[in-house]
Amino acid sequence: MQKFINDPSKVVDEMLEAYIKVHADLVSPTENERVIKYKYAPVEGKVGIVTGGGSGHKPAFIGYVGRNMVDAVACGEIFSSPPAQMFLDAIKVADAGKGVAILYGNYAGDNMNVAMAMEEAEEEGIQVKKVVANDDVPSAPKGEEASRRGVAGEILMWKVGGAKAAMGGSLDNVIEVAQKAVNNTRSMGIGLSPCTIPEVGHPNFTIENGKMEVGIGHHGEPGIEVVDLEPSAKVAERICNVILPDLPFNSGDEVVALISGLGSTPLMEQYIVYNDVEKILTEKGIKIYHSYVGNYFTSLEMAGITCTLMKLDDELKKCIDFECDSVGMRQFQRL
Amino acid sequence: MRFSGYASVSAIITMQTFTNKAGSVIVDKLILVIQENKQYLSDIDGLTGDGDHGINMNKGFTMCREELDKNPGDLSYSLKVLAKILIMKIGGSMGPLYGKFFKAIGTALEGKEEIGITEMGEALKAAVNSIASISPAKVGDKTLIDTLVPAQAAYERAQVEGKTLSEALEAMKIAAAKGRDSTKDMVAKLGRASRLGERSRGVLDAGATSCCLILHVIADAGKDILY
Repeated sequence: MQKFINDPSKVVDEMLEAYIKVHADLVSPTENERVIKYKYAPVEGKVGIVTGGGSGHKPAFIGYVGRNMVDAVACGEIFSSPPAQMFLDAIKVADAGKGVAILYGNYAGDNMNVAMAMEEAEEEGIQVKKVVANDDVPSAPKGEEASRRGVAGEILMWKVGGAKAAMGGSLDNVIEVAQKAVNNTRSMGIGLSPCTIPEVGHPNFTIENGKMEVGIGHHGEPGIEVVDLEPSAKVAERICNVILPDLPFNSGDEVVALISGLGSTPLMEQYIVYNDVEKILTEKGIKIYHSYVGNYFTSLEMAGITCTLMKLDDELKKCIDFECDSVGMRQFQRL
Repeated sequence: MRFSGYASVSAIITMQTFTNKAGSVIVDKLILVIQENKQYLSDIDGLTGDGDHGINMNKGFTMCREELDKNPGDLSYSLKVLAKILIMKIGGSMGPLYGKFFKAIGTALEGKEEIGITEMGEALKAAVNSIASISPAKVGDKTLIDTLVPAQAAYERAQVEGKTLSEALEAMKIAAAKGRDSTKDMVAKLGRASRLGERSRGVLDAGATSCCLILHVIADAGKDILY
């Protein structure tokens, strides 16, 4: 294991300790050392946006805490759901009295811990609703969308939900538009090499040299198949063949395209994949309205990418255009 | 045993009970067994997951020890203290699952001074239902359900057959161990190990293993305090 760490069981705590120093202009610590909030949260008159999940996905989840984005985040152990108390504490620091939207990804632990935190929050008189992202197409067949995992599409859900809340939307408005974002988003991952959880010390799966894992999850969940490594153009074709028909995305649609590295894939390669995806979309008459390329949602040092597309309507466009400031995503208002 | 003289042995044994007050020793022993098996559970978990099951369980059960040392109480109270800590502080999937499990048992036994075969049966049934309410896991998915469901069923069968509490607990123990062992040949369908697919075959499930430890302690410690 080649890592810059001290005690493997303290990696999350040491990272958070630094994070609040580095980004003191944007975030603050809270009484719960695993809950980090937007510096000005709770924002008066605004619905609170909360997320959380296992750590190891930098900049997700914490990187999306900021202005017009997420108000508070619960940071679990590496790839392990935060306990209900953490979600509850995040809900409390995000609540400005207009209710709190919990926007998170579809994983067994998160579902249970969020459910219990919501029960407690309601008992304490906080109005709270949730949206669960399930954008990872290969993780379950069509018709079983509810059991699909959430991957990089979560970022678009936060972006859209965060914008809606900042525009003054009610809790129901925020939930509705975040759900719409999820419903219109599809993702797929390709893995080239595994990752190592520091406390485990060795990769918990392998990808042979010269192979790639198609449909891999962002904790290394097995994909659809392992095949010989292909040129980027072929990889893009594979991805489009899976995600385009699933929604489906049709000629004339406008989309957000998000290519995220999984940790150790150079940006150069991410741009190359983007280029190939863009060509296919253009050929099919699908217009890219806004693009993101970079390490937006990683899986420790896994090599690989996820490709995410979200089909837009006017409301989603307005939310994507809205300015925001967070470590993971900074945008000026689109004119 | 309190019987003497010529009283019918079976008639008295079928009324076997222990008190809620004396039952708090069950939680003491649960804490001990988790502490003692911390490394073992993490090692099993490390084969298919990230090896933190023992660490997390130990963390929760040890926090419960500290709380009970400050504020002791009877069995149902102690179980609810344990449940609250697991639910609120532990996270992952095991925190809420075991939290719900102990909360259901604690709640079912609340207000019952004497715990006999009926009370225990209701508590176990409530525990199974409670986990089912938050988890889609079914028998065969390679989870703690593979231990819990057959164990509860065996208890219930013994209960229906008119066995004693001690016999029903023994039946539960045997079924729990069998259930735990059944996970060895399964492929994980849920939870972290499911990420391994076929690669999860050949090792016990960590949750099924800890569930077996827990049910064995409940049975053994319960039998010890029967009168």
